Amino acid sequence: MIHTFKNNGINIVMDINSGAIHVVDDIAYDLINICDEKKIYEDGKAETGRKERLIEEGKKACPGVPAEKIEQAAKEIEELVEAEALFTLDAYEERVIDFSKRPNVVKALCLHIAHDCNLACKYCFAEEGKYHGQATELMSLEVGKAALDFLVKNSGVRRNLEVDFFGGEPLLNFGVVKEIVAYGRELEKTHNKKFRFTLTTNGVLLNEEVKEFANREMDNVVLSIDGRKEVHDKMRPFPSGAPSHDLILPKFKDLAESRGQQRYYVRGTFTHNNLDFSEDVLHLADEGFKQISVEPVVAKDTESYAIKKEDLPKLFEEYDKLAAEMAKRIGKENNFNFFHFMIDLEGGPCVYKRLSGCGSGTEYLAVTPKGELYPCHQFVGNEEFLMGDVFTGVKNEALRDRFKRCNVYAKETCKDCFARFYCSGGCSANSYNFNGDILSSYEIGCELQKKRIECAIMLKAAEAAATA
Amino acid sequence: MEHIKTLNTKRLQSTVKDGGCGECQTSCQSACKTSCTVGNQTCENNK
Repeated sequence: MIHTFKNNGINIVMDINSGAIHVVDDIAYDLINICDEKKIYEDGKAETGRKERLIEEGKKACPGVPAEKIEQAAKEIEELVEAEALFTLDAYEERVIDFSKRPNVVKALCLHIAHDCNLACKYCFAEEGKYHGQATELMSLEVGKAALDFLVKNSGVRRNLEVDFFGGEPLLNFGVVKEIVAYGRELEKTHNKKFRFTLTTNGVLLNEEVKEFANREMDNVVLSIDGRKEVHDKMRPFPSGAPSHDLILPKFKDLAESRGQQRYYVRGTFTHNNLDFSEDVLHLADEGFKQISVEPVVAKDTESYAIKKEDLPKLFEEYDKLAAEMAKRIGKENNFNFFHFMIDLEGGPCVYKRLSGCGSGTEYLAVTPKGELYPCHQFVGNEEFLMGDVFTGVKNEALRDRFKRCNVYAKETCKDCFARFYCSGGCSANSYNFNGDILSSYEIGCELQKKRIECAIMLKAAEAAATA
Repeated sequence: MEHIKTLNTKRLQSTVKDGGCGECQTSCQSACKTSCTVGNQTCENNK
């Protein structure tokens, strides 16, 4: 299977099953598309006579192109087929069966350290920390310690363990965060583990003490800000309605600088209200942030701010515009990383990771302030998805098995999708929330994901051209 | 090659044999929390 596209003046061919990415000229682009349409290398084999057929078809389709150019391009195409880098067959499906039998290992927890918040963001899937009507509550140290014990006990031979302090607003329970981290450092010594902590915060309570602690202990910090002041303040006000942008921006800038512009993200959400979100990304970049993630809101279509299907063409345009601007900034001082355009072509994940996705409900679990376990933060509060608790472990094994079987081959819509080894089947929570089934897919999310992958690959091609 | 430049040398097929150690990050741990972004992650063995 291949996927061909043009972006920012670059012709790109993706060979889906090998992961090979080719930048091609117009002749090769047309010939590769002919191969695809005419199914010339459908079985992934470069057998006798096929190149000649391609040349013949190419000459018919491109009458103005010199014959020797077509012959040379066809030769190169066939070399790539022989090298299993073009029209490669999918040989992974059988591996899924083995993978679903793998031992139950938990390697990451999302700790809901505070089901409470000091902002009242209008799009919050956590319902301002209350998660489907759960009581306002802070996690106790006892629950936090039990969560880390549960993680260590269930992590098998995995050394690197991840713990995310999430909410609500984690800094409403900062004292317990500090004590949990200290407890984790003790466990590291006695159990030969390495905890990587992440703190997500809205910045309201960010101060010198938090900064010093975060820089010492947090592998990553996620700083919530949506972009332009008017955009941010419309969706992220205080409960009183007062704006929050001007309070948090200088604190985030200071924190980002103090971390050497590394190991953090400013993380925003765009909605139907700011479809021109590339302006928000560039605003954050022009404020000096180097690690930026601005992502589409996920909301029921009855909400006025939800992304609608008819918004997609505009959003595609915005991603293209952003990618083109980032391409212009390659190698310049004002360059920056955009999380959704980051892609690791050489050191990226193995095929097993790409097949199995995010690990929700299996390797990754969310813990409520009471210590209940859910498949991920987005399922918290939905009793149907209660898996157990940190004191007695995972009890709902049938549910865990459902998540374990969740992979790109189990999803009908993924089977023919070029993006399947990049998004790994998408977000189970989105699938469930929109279609009532973790094995379905969220159409708007898929369309945006596909566009982002194209942009990300175009940027890699632009980077390669800039360094050539 | 004259008409085609390949951007990457790593092939997914090559990760079948040695992959699956599971030491890598879970995707939602990085920043997303509302999508699933796996392709941008780094293999711990390549760090």
